Amino acid sequence: MTAMQIFFLIVGLVILGSALMVVTTHNLIHAALWLIVTLFGVAVLYAILNASFLAVVQVVVYIGAIAILFIFAVMLTRKEIRDHGPQLNSGWWLNVIIALLTFGGLLWMLQSWNGFSKTAADFPSSYDAVGQLGKALISPDAFVLPFEVASVLLLAALVGAVYIAFNPHSGDFRK
Amino acid sequence: MIPLSWYLIISAALFSIGLFGVLSRKNAVAILLGIELMLNAANINLVSFWRYGDISQMAGQVFAVIVFAVAASEVAVGLALVISVYRRRNTVIADDLDLMKW
Amino acid sequence: MTIETLIWFIPLPPILAFFLIVLFTNRNKALSHSVAVGAALLSWLGAMIVFVRAISTPDLGKTPFASSINWIPTADTWLKIGVQIDPFGAVVLFFVAWTVLMIFLYSVGYHNYGQPKGDHDVAGLPPHGATDEHGHHVLSVEPMYSRFFAFISLFAFGMFTLVVSDNLLTLFAGWEIMGLCSYLLIGFWYGKESARNAAVKAFMTTRVGDVFMLLGIAFVYSATGSLSYRDIFQPQVLHTLATVPTPIFGLSAAGLIGLMLFIGTIGKSAQFPLHVWLPDAMEGPTPVSAMIHAATMVSAGVYMVIRMFPLISLDPKTMTVIAFIGTFTAIFAATIAVAQNDIKKVLAYSTISQLGFMIAALGVGAYVAAAFHLVTHAFFKALLFLGSGSVIHGMEHGVLHTGDHKVDPQDMFNMGGLRKKMPITFWTFLIGGFALSGFPLLTAGFWSKDEILSGAFSNGNFVVFVTLAVAAFLTAFYTMRQITLTFLGGPRTEEAKHAHETPWTMTLPLIVLAVFAIGYGWVGIPQDFLGLHLNPSWFHEFVGSTLVVMPAESPFNWIVFGTSLVVALGGLFFGWLAYRNVTVAEQDKLQIPLLKNKYYIDEFYSFVLIKPAYWFAETFVYQWMDKGLIDGILHLFGKAANGIGSIIRNYFDLPVINRFFGDGTAHVTQWFGRNLRPIQSGRIQQYMLVSLIVLLAIAGLLYYLLVIV
Repeated sequence: MTAMQIFFLIVGLVILGSALMVVTTHNLIHAALWLIVTLFGVAVLYAILNASFLAVVQVVVYIGAIAILFIFAVMLTRKEIRDHGPQLNSGWWLNVIIALLTFGGLLWMLQSWNGFSKTAADFPSSYDAVGQLGKALISPDAFVLPFEVASVLLLAALVGAVYIAFNPHSGDFRK
Repeated sequence: MIPLSWYLIISAALFSIGLFGVLSRKNAVAILLGIELMLNAANINLVSFWRYGDISQMAGQVFAVIVFAVAASEVAVGLALVISVYRRRNTVIADDLDLMKW
Repeated sequence: MTIETLIWFIPLPPILAFFLIVLFTNRNKALSHSVAVGAALLSWLGAMIVFVRAISTPDLGKTPFASSINWIPTADTWLKIGVQIDPFGAVVLFFVAWTVLMIFLYSVGYHNYGQPKGDHDVAGLPPHGATDEHGHHVLSVEPMYSRFFAFISLFAFGMFTLVVSDNLLTLFAGWEIMGLCSYLLIGFWYGKESARNAAVKAFMTTRVGDVFMLLGIAFVYSATGSLSYRDIFQPQVLHTLATVPTPIFGLSAAGLIGLMLFIGTIGKSAQFPLHVWLPDAMEGPTPVSAMIHAATMVSAGVYMVIRMFPLISLDPKTMTVIAFIGTFTAIFAATIAVAQNDIKKVLAYSTISQLGFMIAALGVGAYVAAAFHLVTHAFFKALLFLGSGSVIHGMEHGVLHTGDHKVDPQDMFNMGGLRKKMPITFWTFLIGGFALSGFPLLTAGFWSKDEILSGAFSNGNFVVFVTLAVAAFLTAFYTMRQITLTFLGGPRTEEAKHAHETPWTMTLPLIVLAVFAIGYGWVGIPQDFLGLHLNPSWFHEFVGSTLVVMPAESPFNWIVFGTSLVVALGGLFFGWLAYRNVTVAEQDKLQIPLLKNKYYIDEFYSFVLIKPAYWFAETFVYQWMDKGLIDGILHLFGKAANGIGSIIRNYFDLPVINRFFGDGTAHVTQWFGRNLRPIQSGRIQQYMLVSLIVLLAIAGLLYYLLVIV
């Protein structure tokens, strides 16, 4: 067991542990905070995988925007500060079974693939992954179209979210 | 040193946990949290396959970037919906939002 | 046109008149009676031409006017029908034509043509009188005027057919047509229950006779193969029939046929025991009584016996039966006639009695005498009936004048003194009555009755002779009784005081018939009457030639002549003597209940025959068999069908099809709906759960199918 593997295991445990806390904790603010921990762990994972740009983007976008957005949403949708009552549906044990079955099913399908246990190739240190990513994103014979479409999607989502959540009492939309 | 299978196991587990959260949580926002977990698991999968496949093929990372964008927009729209619903019906319990029934 | 063709045409005008009146002229009274009287006139004309030709043809008996056609094909031969006028047929045609014409003319006046319509006259009831513009009550016209003329035209057609036919089939057809018309005409005033009953009684009683006659005709056909007279009266045929024995009463075939045909005559000519219909038949209008009971229908019975005389006379047993029935009927009816008060009933029984005379004459073999009496009787009896109708009309005038409708205009004890009020009627009625009584020398009845008596005497049938003589005495007695009560003396009631003479349409026929009642007798004066040597009796020579062997005239016998004189004059004298001072019915010593009630024969028939028949029809056939048995079986079918239906309905239709299939599918659908509906709860986590479960299931299934298998 190399140091890398131990580090990986710790990160893995952090991810899974905090994910479990996300889905089981009573207090929704705590759940959002636990999500932040999970996302951070995933960012570390990206870094281990030499996808440094993605690691940073994960922190900035996910933690810096999405998680904050979650906290805002939780604040805006509660009558009292404290959540009360059970936070899980009554048939949650069935959902456990389903989740376990899904997990089992996924693993079992994957392990019949012969590339399941392959090891990583060496990452050349001169390889400019970020630059390549950038080139791939904007090069016409690569992925510029999906990139542009994704930006249009973001625009649509922006407009849509504004429209849906618009409060007529607080501002005059029509004027 | 770290076999691919470890990443895949982690992503599968994360996905299952997110699934459990989606199915079991009462609060609509909590459901969206679960969805975030599942998206992240998918992202881990994509990136690990990129790293353990042909590094020169940027498709893996590009896909992950797109997933970021989609996740972000989806969260935005979803939370906007939740807030709008909360304003109308004064509740965010998913079980109480059952108007689209028989 | 040959004489044979003319004979075919004689029955034609009346039947045409019938159809014309029924179809077209029913509403118009004048047109109807013109058509009818015109038709009678045409037939009369044809009959007169034929008669004149007949009497001027020598040897008509051997070669009668005859014409026949093939009618029904029967294997290798034909059944022929046709016409034949031999001497006997000619004289019958003569009297039938005259009496029919006179009666048709009389009917115009009798049914009050020209009078106003009645106040409350209803079709189906006799007319009751009308109030004219001066407020007087006068006789009213018969509402069913045209119908009457249609029916008597049909009747005339039937009689003419019977007379001119040359075979038993068309004779029987004419016979039955007259039977039908007697029913229609006796029941002419069908609103009266008594008339309806009388019509049915007449038809039923004559039917009994007709059945046997038809059997006789069938026997003739099967024994001889033909129904034409000429074929039956061939000597070989007659000889065969006379010698072939039959198992019934030891009669020969000829005897049995004769007996059965004679039974038809018993019915039609109202001999005992089937005489009961004739008195009741007086319910019909008087012209009908004259027609049916004097001129035509009852004469048809005697006509048929005379016609079939060569066949009937072959067996002495049959002749004895005929003589017995004739004689018995003659005396039997005469005794009843003396106790009757209704003017028409006296004449009815008189007719039965006189027909008995004729039948008795045939029974003893006096062929020509019977034919002679047939002709003269037709004339004077028709005269008497029409005269009585005139009297009744006069009395009805009186009833309308006084307004007392309870007085019966037909009861002789309400009459009296009508000789001054209705002179023509009186003199003609007197002539007719004297003819009926056999007043010597002047009247036709004397000559014909005398022939019958001398025929009986000279054949040695003394019982018949004496009985007929007594019957002749009674005949004269009741006739004079009738004349005395009706015409002589003073009026017994107000109605009789106000009677007056009837119009010319009624009195003219009376005068014409009176001429014949007097004159016709002189054509039959016997050759050696009173020992004088006169010319042979034209009638005897002419009619006698119809038979193959001319019968001999009975020799003149002083005993017979004396008896005739005594009974006729004595009866007339005693009748006048007994009744000239009688004022009310109670003074009449002859109103013996036994005679008045006709020997209770009607009651006897009712008890023995009619009530059992009614019981059989009403109770046995109708209630038990028809309603009980047959309807019961049908009801069973109905109940069975009902039961099967209800079983199917209650045990199969309702539980299986309605509840199980119908309601069952509804319940199943509802159950599924009710239980599947909550799946769509609107809760997205539930949707997701379900879809994941299904996904896992499909994944497993696919894995199983693709990898394992």
